[in-house]
Amino acid sequence: MKIIVCMKQVPLSSKVEIDEETGNLKRMGAATRTNPFDLFALECALRIREQLGGTVTVLTMGPEQAESMIRDAYMMGADDAVILSDRKFAGSDVLATSYTLSQGIRMLGGADLIICGRQTTDGDTAQIGPAIAEHLHLPHAAWVNEITDVSSTHIQVRQDLASVFQISEMAYPCLITVDKDICVPRLPSYRRKVEAAMKPIRTVSCQDLPDPDMTRFGLVGSPTTVERIFPPPTGAGNITLEGTAIEKASQLFDLLAAAKYF
Amino acid sequence: MELLKFDMSRCDLCGQCIEKCPFGALQMEKSGITANEKCRMCSVCVKTCPQRAIRFEQVARSVDKDQWKGILVYAEQENGTIHPVVYELIGEARKLAAKVGYDVNCVMVGGAGTKENAEKLLPYGVKEVFVYEHPGFEGFKADCYSDAVADCVSTIKPSVVLIGATACGRSMAPRLSTRFHTGLTADCTELRMKDNTDLVQVRPAFGGNIMAQIIISDSRPQFATVRYKVMDKAKKVSNPTGKVTICNATELMVRSGISIVERAVITRTKSIEEEDVLVVAGRGVKTAKDVEMVRELAALLGGQLCFTRPMVENGFGDAAHQIGLSGRTVKPKLIITCGVSGAVQFTACMNTAQTIVAINTDPEAQIFRIAHYRIVDDLYQVVPELIARIKAAKEAE
Repeated sequence: MKIIVCMKQVPLSSKVEIDEETGNLKRMGAATRTNPFDLFALECALRIREQLGGTVTVLTMGPEQAESMIRDAYMMGADDAVILSDRKFAGSDVLATSYTLSQGIRMLGGADLIICGRQTTDGDTAQIGPAIAEHLHLPHAAWVNEITDVSSTHIQVRQDLASVFQISEMAYPCLITVDKDICVPRLPSYRRKVEAAMKPIRTVSCQDLPDPDMTRFGLVGSPTTVERIFPPPTGAGNITLEGTAIEKASQLFDLLAAAKYF
Repeated sequence: MELLKFDMSRCDLCGQCIEKCPFGALQMEKSGITANEKCRMCSVCVKTCPQRAIRFEQVARSVDKDQWKGILVYAEQENGTIHPVVYELIGEARKLAAKVGYDVNCVMVGGAGTKENAEKLLPYGVKEVFVYEHPGFEGFKADCYSDAVADCVSTIKPSVVLIGATACGRSMAPRLSTRFHTGLTADCTELRMKDNTDLVQVRPAFGGNIMAQIIISDSRPQFATVRYKVMDKAKKVSNPTGKVTICNATELMVRSGISIVERAVITRTKSIEEEDVLVVAGRGVKTAKDVEMVRELAALLGGQLCFTRPMVENGFGDAAHQIGLSGRTVKPKLIITCGVSGAVQFTACMNTAQTIVAINTDPEAQIFRIAHYRIVDDLYQVVPELIARIKAAKEAE
């Protein structure tokens, strides 16, 4: 059983700075953490490995500082890890990021099962997992909140589709994105700390990927352009409704109707 | 536009893809297998190839914008009915379309009953609803749903594709945008059409701490997902002229890597922390009967009734519905407090709500310090009137 877990290092705080010139987010220097949803993905992978044997490889795209996240993943029990790191990857949107990660997966010779967290806490799009599946022509199941059955040939998962749940079964290779309720991630083991510190991490640049078509990476390979970034509109006002009780009820009705509460 | 790419290092020229292609779009040439213009991106060959040597490709940034026209709305069905977000997408699409003289079309994918649902969209000013109906589309399978929508997209070539940001929509949209090598913006809160047909998409990021304005200037179609209850619902048109078109949903289109074992409606009981709308009864609400009046308001707004600590102590509610330091902390989109004075133990646990409406007869009540909308009046007059107005509006729909 070969499992690849896609992970991302995200800013610790959601208060971030904006590069005024390019309109892109400044990532340098800010404190980071592992995207919390990805810890659930890694935990799922480790549990499947415990049950069926095999390997768990962590794949991430980002600056070399992502090493600290990988060390933590090693301390949780990941077998090996690859950081896709290249200045050419900077400014990647969903298409370029998912393409780069799918190239990383191809470089690793594919996997039986690819697990992603449902979304990141910085981009919040929940799009990378399904996009990777499309690049690799794999079936995928998103919003997985339980693995109901797993064997060496297939996986059966429970998907939370808001108003319905669906138990779906897929043969390998396939991809799932997991929700936060799926399991409790283990803490990094300090027993493994020394071992984890010694373990190698492969850092891969775009030349090492199987299809190094430069037009498909980073800002160049990203069809979406962030025109500008701005602070969200400030919340509701500080307004005293005037008139009779009936008139006030009427004003409140209009406010609620405009905000589509009914 | 190159649509299929053959990995010749993997291809063993078995010819199965040529045989299976329903459009006769593949041929064996000296250089290997190639696709011609008949290719409809149905993905049959991609699925057929035993060597996994065929991929979809489309060179990014080589698009002639004029070839992509109109707005396509993905009309999602949920348990056999049209998801309400669809009417909002149509409403928004019509506004955007009017700016540049586009039409609004819809695409629907599903099992039995899909065509009947498609008819229901015509009164909302949709020009054409493309229907892919097949028993194989029962349930939700991201891969074959994507294949069906991709077939429609490659046939009608829309400039913009709008998809509801539902669980299924968000699972399918990234597959589609990836297949067409184009951009996708998730959870747009605002859309504007430029004169040059570029769609300006505004979305929150970093947990809502930043708004990003995004455009897709050099590729088409422009994909965007929009959450439910963000855009205005479409109004019916006086003389609808649209039509429903049944598309060919082939056996191969419904072939999926996903098999559905079980599917059932979830009955969810939300905790008050998860609710978007809360109505709070404080000591100004005198009797159990009055509590029920406030509860009715909460129900009409699709939310739950909560209580202050004294109300729970007096037996009007349970601890699971108590807001405050000795109860729960909430952050709903809307909270309406009725007869709540606003002690700090209470306000500390709800003051991050997006919109706070306070109803209290005492103009000096602490609650008014944090309220966004202050109603200094008798809740026994305001609440019944509000309930009556909402009921009337719901009946008029």
